Amino acid sequence: MNDVIFTVAAQKRLTDNVYEIRLTGDTSAITRPGQFVNLKLDGLFLRRPLSVCDLEGDALTLIYKVVGRGTALLSGMMPGQTIPVLTGLGNGYDTALSGDRPLLIGGGVGVPPLYLLAKRLRAEGKTVSAVLGFNTAAEIFYEEQFRALDSTVAVTTADGSYGIRGFVTDALPEDYTHVYTCGPEPMLRAVYRKITTGGSFSFEKRMGCGFGACMGCTCKTIAGYRRICKEGPVLEKEEILWED
Amino acid sequence: MGRLSVDLCGIELDNPVIPASGTFGYGWEFAELYDINILGTFSFKGTTRKPRFGNPTPRIADCPAGMLNAVGLQNPGVDRVIDTELMKLKTVFHKPVMANVSGFSVAEYAEVSAKLDAQPQVGWLEVNISCPNVHGGGMSFGTDPEQAAAVVRAVKAVTTKPVIIKLTPNVTDIVTIAKACEQAGADGISLINTLLGMRIDLKTRKPVLANVTGGLSGPAVFPVALRMVWQVAHAVKIPVVGMGGISCAEDVLEMLTAGAAAVEVGAANLVDPLACKKIIEALPEAMDRYGIRNLRELRGA
Repeated sequence: MNDVIFTVAAQKRLTDNVYEIRLTGDTSAITRPGQFVNLKLDGLFLRRPLSVCDLEGDALTLIYKVVGRGTALLSGMMPGQTIPVLTGLGNGYDTALSGDRPLLIGGGVGVPPLYLLAKRLRAEGKTVSAVLGFNTAAEIFYEEQFRALDSTVAVTTADGSYGIRGFVTDALPEDYTHVYTCGPEPMLRAVYRKITTGGSFSFEKRMGCGFGACMGCTCKTIAGYRRICKEGPVLEKEEILWED
Repeated sequence: MGRLSVDLCGIELDNPVIPASGTFGYGWEFAELYDINILGTFSFKGTTRKPRFGNPTPRIADCPAGMLNAVGLQNPGVDRVIDTELMKLKTVFHKPVMANVSGFSVAEYAEVSAKLDAQPQVGWLEVNISCPNVHGGGMSFGTDPEQAAAVVRAVKAVTTKPVIIKLTPNVTDIVTIAKACEQAGADGISLINTLLGMRIDLKTRKPVLANVTGGLSGPAVFPVALRMVWQVAHAVKIPVVGMGGISCAEDVLEMLTAGAAAVEVGAANLVDPLACKKIIEALPEAMDRYGIRNLRELRGA
């Protein structure tokens, strides 16, 4: 964990309510794809956690959907403005589990952390397949970026307006060695039921601190209690305990 | 004695800044970031007889100038705390620590207190009779003078260490409760625990917290906390630890001026993990600005 002041470098609207923000600052505490950062925004008490989408030297890319006051404030930030950020939070994805042919499955704003993961896996020489699920064609983002990594990409839309009609689980390839996934919990459950290999699942929970102090985001697993912010957000398939 | 040092129930603190229970875990997360020996001490996560998961999630909500929590005393249970957490703590913290005790019966308070009393690392027992997020325990002891006194007597009977009773602000008259604790033998009072609150998500038209209600903390509660510290400090002779929304050195000076012997810092740690370090470092300059030579002269001003 590191406490760093980042400067907004650029902000881009990807869809109606999804934005990409590029920040510049010390990213050295970020050691794995799938980790997150926690942003202190003026006028809000608690920080806002966002997963790391991309990382190149000092440049940090985050993608977020405007859903509340925090993300609305963030979308109004201009280049040159600064944001205090806690970096390098959470466990992230373990690329050592991937095997030769990892499969990445993302849903909506669960797609971003898979991008850095895909880059890292490609750099390790792995054959990467990605299934990206969205509700409708207008909500799709980062398809081209995944294709540019020379990975096999399938896009699904629930309404059939683009790509394969249906959910991510309707578009899984036959052959893969490990699954990495992030998305809404119903999607994670469906993926959990469908896949035949091991899997690394990234979860989302409302957090207080983001670094393990407040116990706000704890969940039950087969191996005991886990703080999503500290021992998560990535849980391995074997340890997941679905609560109803 | 340095100009920042204060006395808390016969134990000298290098400075009055104490991270509050539930916002500092068992110290480990913060020790990764800075040397936590610069603290006066810290109050570790509320500990019960058995391990507890706490309440269902979501159990955190953001608020104007503060937050709600309904964590509900998640902790690994007193035996694990002693075997694992305190052993780990030894490697990074070399001062007496404040042990925070919670319970659901008078007997449980006494049992957990007795176990923690036996730990040489423990300097004080802070007994939480004020958790608003559990049922059949916690705050129900802190809202009734006789029940509060019963907890104090039971804990005092099993320890020789100073016993500080942590009070809830969710009462009609906090002074009555504080006096009852003093008469029952408490060595100190800490206040305030969180103020009971709630929030509703307009999109779902349901409470944000799965527990419906939670405890409000953060800068929003500071004036309420300061008022209650003032009232209690002027009504009892035992030391008072002031807490509630402290987020800067000036807040510490206000609390001490209101009569607190020391202060606890809670929610600020969750937003800025370096908050206590920054407050301690800012104290000398803030004292200079207001012509305060040493903190001991402030008390009871």
